[in-house]
Amino acid sequence: MALFDKLKGALSKTKTLLRTDVRDLFRSGEILDESRLAVFEKALIESDMGVAAADSIISELREQHGGRTVQIDAVWGTVKTQLRALLAGEGEARFDAADPLSPLQMAAGGPTVILVAGVNGVGKTTSIAKLAHFLQKNGRSVLLAAGDTFRAAAVEQLTLWSQRLGCEIVTKPQGSDPASVAYAGCERAAEAGIDCCIVDTAGRLQTHKNLMEELGKIRRVIEKRVPGAPQERLLVLDATTGQNGISQASSFSEAIDCTGIILAKLDGTAKGGVVVAIRQKMGMPVKYVGVGEKIDDLQVFDPDDFVEALFTT
Amino acid sequence: MFEGISQGIRGALSFIDRGRLTEGNIREGLRQVRQALLEADVHYDVATAFITRVTEQAVGDRVLKSLRPSEHIIGIVYQELALLMGGPANDSSLHLKRDGVTVVMMCGLQGSGKTTTCGKLAHMLRSRGVAPMLVAADLQRPAAIEQLKILGQQIGVPVYSEDPAQSSPVRVCRNALKEAKKAGDIRVLILDTAGRLHVDDALMRELIEIDNRCQPDQALLVCDAMTGQDAVNSARAFNEALELDGVILTKLDGDTRGGAALSVKAVTGVPIKFVGVGEQIDKLQEFHPERMADRILGMGDIRTLVEDAQRKFDEDEMRRAQEQLEKGEFTLDDFQKQMRQIKKLGSMGEIMKMIPGLGAVAEKMADMNPDQDLRQIDGMIGSMTAEERRNPRIIDRSRRNRIAQGSGTDPADVHKLLKDFDAMSGMMQKMAGMNMRQRMQAVKGMAEGGMLDPGAQLRKEKQRSKRGPMDVVKVREDRKKKRKEAKKQRKKNRR
Ligand SMILES: Nc1nc2c(ncn2[C@@H]2O[C@H](COP(=O)(O)OP(=O)(O)OP(=O)(O)O)[C@@H](O)[C@H]2O)c(=O)[nH]1
Ligand SMILES: Nc1nc2c(ncn2[C@@H]2O[C@H](COP(=O)(O)OP(=O)(O)O)[C@@H](O)[C@H]2O)c(=O)[nH]1
Ligand SMILES: [Mg+2]
Ligand SMILES: [Mg+2]
Repeated sequence: MALFDKLKGALSKTKTLLRTDVRDLFRSGEILDESRLAVFEKALIESDMGVAAADSIISELREQHGGRTVQIDAVWGTVKTQLRALLAGEGEARFDAADPLSPLQMAAGGPTVILVAGVNGVGKTTSIAKLAHFLQKNGRSVLLAAGDTFRAAAVEQLTLWSQRLGCEIVTKPQGSDPASVAYAGCERAAEAGIDCCIVDTAGRLQTHKNLMEELGKIRRVIEKRVPGAPQERLLVLDATTGQNGISQASSFSEAIDCTGIILAKLDGTAKGGVVVAIRQKMGMPVKYVGVGEKIDDLQVFDPDDFVEALFTT
Repeated sequence: MFEGISQGIRGALSFIDRGRLTEGNIREGLRQVRQALLEADVHYDVATAFITRVTEQAVGDRVLKSLRPSEHIIGIVYQELALLMGGPANDSSLHLKRDGVTVVMMCGLQGSGKTTTCGKLAHMLRSRGVAPMLVAADLQRPAAIEQLKILGQQIGVPVYSEDPAQSSPVRVCRNALKEAKKAGDIRVLILDTAGRLHVDDALMRELIEIDNRCQPDQALLVCDAMTGQDAVNSARAFNEALELDGVILTKLDGDTRGGAALSVKAVTGVPIKFVGVGEQIDKLQEFHPERMADRILGMGDIRTLVEDAQRKFDEDEMRRAQEQLEKGEFTLDDFQKQMRQIKKLGSMGEIMKMIPGLGAVAEKMADMNPDQDLRQIDGMIGSMTAEERRNPRIIDRSRRNRIAQGSGTDPADVHKLLKDFDAMSGMMQKMAGMNMRQRMQAVKGMAEGGMLDPGAQLRKEKQRSKRGPMDVVKVREDRKKKRKEAKKQRKKNRR
């Protein structure tokens, strides 16, 4: 229940928030009619899971419980099962919360390279710092490659994190070819025997074709230097993102065949429900969630906690 | 991704036209419009309220009696949406003071685009002859001060900052204000605050303190256009804390429908003033409610396109092309020139998205690379002889092979180009004699296969009756004015 606890902690800081739960929407003994279902629909939609996913859950409810006296536990059970099924997609993607590295594919020999991408401002750089910290805590040496050579002070930002982490960083001046930074990072990691090289990239909107191609090139260049790398190609998604998250996931996957999602900024009131739709449509699993701006505000994704938190406001 | 609401609406309403028109199926149609709004990230309650209002109007007599009810309903939906988003008199002014320093404070969630927008706004002000100064009040995010400094340097605008270890955001802002007043020529002070969650009480208090101590004339919320349902929560909280004066919507250069705009506007009531349409410093535009309505409804941003075209198209080139067209001559030379003009406008995909009805085409093009295609076309035409360019009909298989070789393309590409050109020159000839705007409309008409034109519908509406929609505008405006007055009063009382 790590995530849930953290969320509760974050929320209880605030005085105004009412904590309600979808279970409160139904009182035992009430008839599950359309107006009751509408209340439920609202809760589902408000999680950003999208109309299609919400509809499929509502239909299921209607079919199984419609017009009957409601048994809260049964209704709740149906919803949870539905959502877990949606989130799990093909093949259960459950990671071991006790082993924070379990979601990552690590190279047998040579450096493991992790390429991190996403649209602007979602939390890529911060998530990289958090991930590096995870790796370090688990006895892996880390090197950062400052592949965002576009945004003002992006290199400085990652450099500051590397200093806090006490890890090596490879940089080039602003405006350099990001692929060459990635290459240099892999080269350095390979030569110095560093376990993991994490490559930061500039934020880019998935509709800018040239920038998406640039991302593909970064991946190819990495592979050229370290065969089989980057083993992990993580997409960072902002939990406040709405339905555009689906377009992000599909475009970034097309460019670099993403291996998973880091869902950042789950410490706000946003639910990040769009990952339900993403999981449903393209099977991409969430691997980590970001729950704050500090270095240890990263957690392994737990579908049960996530489903629980979806309906807690 | 693109079809979104327009398809929703069209699907829903075509069914109205087919079947017998009853109140029942109007409601059913609008229910589908509501779903489309939800898909565009409009908040659940906002979408529900919106549909309730539109339904009231749509089940009225006039729609039932009108010849093409679906168009009428789309007209109402579009019009209500544009009105909700600020209407024709949307206030995108920063209300700069005549004397003294106008203080503008940017606030918002982490990563929404505050710092970049500060730079863009400073750049915009300066190009209008107003001297701004930037204030680095984000002491939280690593290298945030450095980021603002670099932006300031790029555009030649002074940046006030202090050593974060020795200062606090409130202090930085107060000292900056003193500094700006001392400098004399600074007219706008732009505060770049740290991103914060609306549920973080400590950081929200800090923001309120800056608000109290520096009394910004404009408190602006910077909001990511890709935000989903949560937009209402954060916007409401920031508005309650600061009494916002406006909203800036960022990252509209992507393919988000931007339903958050409607949500934010609905819960705060303050005008959306600007939109960010790119990472570069000049990518800030005034907000236009109708364009946003177009976008949310998936009808394309025709007005932006026309304006951009008018500004960037080379006047002379256009005039010459126009003359050619009038004569009914349109050669591959002209085609190449037009293509180059289009290139100046920006990426093809961007342009396609802006043309109503071409959203679907743009989607089909997703796996192509339009900009590279433009380069290819340029190359192919460049490899033709003057004679071939004048009279493409003479291009046979061997010529085609030669052209392909010369431009490093495939003979099939050359063939396709010639076919496209054929279609295009036909279209061009049809448009001969039209001005730019008419031409865009023609393209629009073609793209929609002669389908709905909500604009036309609105125009008709106005002619038919002086009451109705215009009254709605007026009532809204009055209400807005009253709200403004009340706010001013509140602010006065606070001071
Ligand atoms: N509350 C919260 N803030 C976060 C989280 N992750 C990142 N942030 C903040 O979000 C903002 C943007 O984070 P960055 O890591 O710079 O994001 P980015 O994707 O690298 O941004 P660009 O490189 O500018 O595209 C910063 O202010 C971070 O502190 C999170 O999990 N929770
Ligand atoms: N594509 C695009 N990116 C933007 C826009 N505005 C800001 N950004 C990017 O969004 C990211 C976060 O912006 P920043 O100004 O640092 O956000 P802040 O954390 O709110 O100060 C950066 O990568 C910016 O380049 C916009 O209108 N379009
Ligand atoms: Mg970054
Ligand atoms: Mg900033």
